[in-house]
Amino acid sequence: MTTVATQIKLTPEHNARPGASMRSRLQDALPKIVLAPSFAITVVFVYGFILWTVYLSFTNSKTFPSYAITGPRAYQRLWRWTFESDPPSSWYTSITNMGIFGFLYISICLALGLFLAILLDQKIRGEGVLRPIYLYPMALSFIVTGVAWKWFLDPGLGLEQTLHQWGWTSFHFDWIKNKDFVIYTVVIAGVWQASGFIMAMFLAGLRGIDGEIMKAAQIDGATTFQLYRRIVIPLLRPVFLSAFIVLAHLAIKSYDLVVALTSGGPGGSAWLPSNFMYEYTFKRNEMAVGSASAVIMLMTITAIIVPYLYSELRERPR
Amino acid sequence: MSVIATPARQSTGGISARTVNRIVIYGLLALFALFYLMPLFVMLVTSFKTMDEIQNGNMLALPQAPTFEPWLKAWGETCVGLTCAGIKGYFWNSIKMVVPAVLISTLLGALNGYVLTKWRFRGHTLVFGLMLFACFIPFQSVLLPMATILGSLGRFGVTLRNATGFSFGLGNPTVNLVFVHVVYGLGFTTLFFRNYYEAFPTELVKAAQVDGASFFQIFRRIMLPNSMPIFVVTVIYQFTNIWNDFLFASAYAGTGDAMPMTVALNNVVNTSTGVVEYNVNMAAAMIAALPTLLVYVVAGRYFVRGLMAGAVKG
Repeated sequence: MTTVATQIKLTPEHNARPGASMRSRLQDALPKIVLAPSFAITVVFVYGFILWTVYLSFTNSKTFPSYAITGPRAYQRLWRWTFESDPPSSWYTSITNMGIFGFLYISICLALGLFLAILLDQKIRGEGVLRPIYLYPMALSFIVTGVAWKWFLDPGLGLEQTLHQWGWTSFHFDWIKNKDFVIYTVVIAGVWQASGFIMAMFLAGLRGIDGEIMKAAQIDGATTFQLYRRIVIPLLRPVFLSAFIVLAHLAIKSYDLVVALTSGGPGGSAWLPSNFMYEYTFKRNEMAVGSASAVIMLMTITAIIVPYLYSELRERPR
Repeated sequence: MSVIATPARQSTGGISARTVNRIVIYGLLALFALFYLMPLFVMLVTSFKTMDEIQNGNMLALPQAPTFEPWLKAWGETCVGLTCAGIKGYFWNSIKMVVPAVLISTLLGALNGYVLTKWRFRGHTLVFGLMLFACFIPFQSVLLPMATILGSLGRFGVTLRNATGFSFGLGNPTVNLVFVHVVYGLGFTTLFFRNYYEAFPTELVKAAQVDGASFFQIFRRIMLPNSMPIFVVTVIYQFTNIWNDFLFASAYAGTGDAMPMTVALNNVVNTSTGVVEYNVNMAAAMIAALPTLLVYVVAGRYFVRGLMAGAVKG
C-alpha cells in the first residue's frame, strides 16, 4: 500500500486525488515531524531552562525557588565579592582560580600537545604504541583521574614519600594540602587528562600538511626550527582554534576534577565557578546567587563559542 | 612530513648528529609515556597490595604478594555512605542508565542527521545551530530548573502510583538520568550524524525517492546499512560521556540506592570513617574505569574519531 501512495506522490497530477494528496502531504511533512521532538526538547530543556535560570537569578530564592522578582541583588553581591580579596570571598577565589586554571590548562595542553605531536611525527618506530598511551586518560572519568592523582600527590603516600624512601629526604611537595597551591594540582591532573587528545588533534593536522611545501622550504635552506616556526605552525592555525575551543569549554565546565581531587581544597580554596554554583545552590541555600553565577558562566562560554559556531556554520553553504 | 630526520643532517665521524637527535626524541617520548602511565600504574599495583605493604612499602614497587582481596572487597563489601554492600549495585545502576540513554540518543541523532542533510527545509542551519550550541553550555545553567521539573514529575509519579498502582517510571532516579542524558546528548549525536550524512551521496537518496521509497524506507534500507562507522563512533562517545558523568549524577541521584558508579566512587574515597583502605579505593577506581578503558582498548580508533568529530565541526 505504501508503494501505491508514494508512486502517486511522484506523479504531477496527484493533487487531483484527495486521499493521495493527504498522504503525500504527510510524506512531505514527515521529516519535520521526525525532527520536531528533538528540536522541541532542545528549545524547552536548554533555552527555556536557561531563561528560567536567568529569571531565578533576579529573585531572592534561597532553599526553594521563589518567583517574585526582586532585582539584580544576586549580581550586586557577586560584583561586591569580585573585589573582596582579603580575606578572599568564595567568588573571588573561584574566579581567580578560573583565571589561573584556564590560562595554565589551555596553554600547557596546547604547548605539550603540539610538542608531542611534532616529536611523534618524526617517523617514530612504535608510534602505534605511544599514541594510545598518551591518549588513554581521555577515556577516564574526572572522578577516576582525581582519585588517582589525589593518591599520587598525597605527601604522606605518593611522590613525596617515594622520593624520601629513595633518599631525597629534603624533597617537599604538599601542594594538594596547601590552599595557595592546590589549584595547580588541578592543572596537573587536567593537563594529564587532556593533553594527549590535543596531541592527537595536532598530529592529525600535521599529517594533513602538504609535503611539497616542506620540501620546497628545505631546498630553500630553512632549518628545522625555522620550518616549524614559519611554515608548519602557521598552517596549523585552524587546529589551534579547535583545540582552544575544546579546552576552553572543558575548563569552564570542570567540576568533577576539583571535587574528586581536592574535595574543594582547604576552605574551598580549589573552587572553580562551577563548584561555587553547585555549593551555593544545593548546599548553602543561596539559589539566586547560584543561578547568577551559572548565568555568568554561560555568558563566558557563549562569548567564546557563538562566534566560532557562527563562522563554522556559515563558511560552507552547500 | 617528517623533517628532523633528513639525510642532509647526517654528519660523518663519531656519533652522527642524526643519531643524537633520534636518541633525544625517543628519550623524550619515553619520558612522557611514563608521565601518562604513572597514575594508572600506581593505581593498579596499589589495588593488589595489602594495607601493610602500602603503609611500609614503596608506591611504585610491584606487590610482593598480589592479592585480589581489595577488588573483592570493593565489589562486594566496601561502604558507600552508610550502606556497606560494595559498589556492585552502583555499577549496575550505571549500566542500567547508560544502555538506554546511549541507544535512544544515538537513534534520535541518526534521524535528526538524516533530516538535516537529506530533507532540508528553510532554516535548517538555524535549527542545527541551536542544537549544536546546546553541546557547549555549562550544565550549571540548566541544573536547577531540571531539578525542579524532575521533582514535580516525581510527586506526580507518587500520585499516579496511588491512583493506578504504577508510577510509569516518574520519579525513578535512573529513568530521570536516562532522560537528562538523552536531552543533553542530542546535540552531539545530531552533530555526528549530520556531518557524516553530509558526505553521503544525495543522488542515492534522490534515486530511491524516484523509485518510490518513503522517508523511513530510505532511512532503513539506504542510510542505516551505510552508517556502521558513525554508529560505532557515536555509541562510544555517548557511552564514555554518560558513564563518566558526575554533575548530573550527583545532582539528581546523589544519594540513595540509585546513584551511578562515579558518585559511588567519590563517596567511597571520601568516606572518612575508620581506617582509609587505599587498596580498596584504588580497586574501586579501577572498576569504575574499566568499562571505558575496555572500550578504548577495543575500539580506540573510533573513540579518537568521535573526540575529533566533537571538536572539529563543519
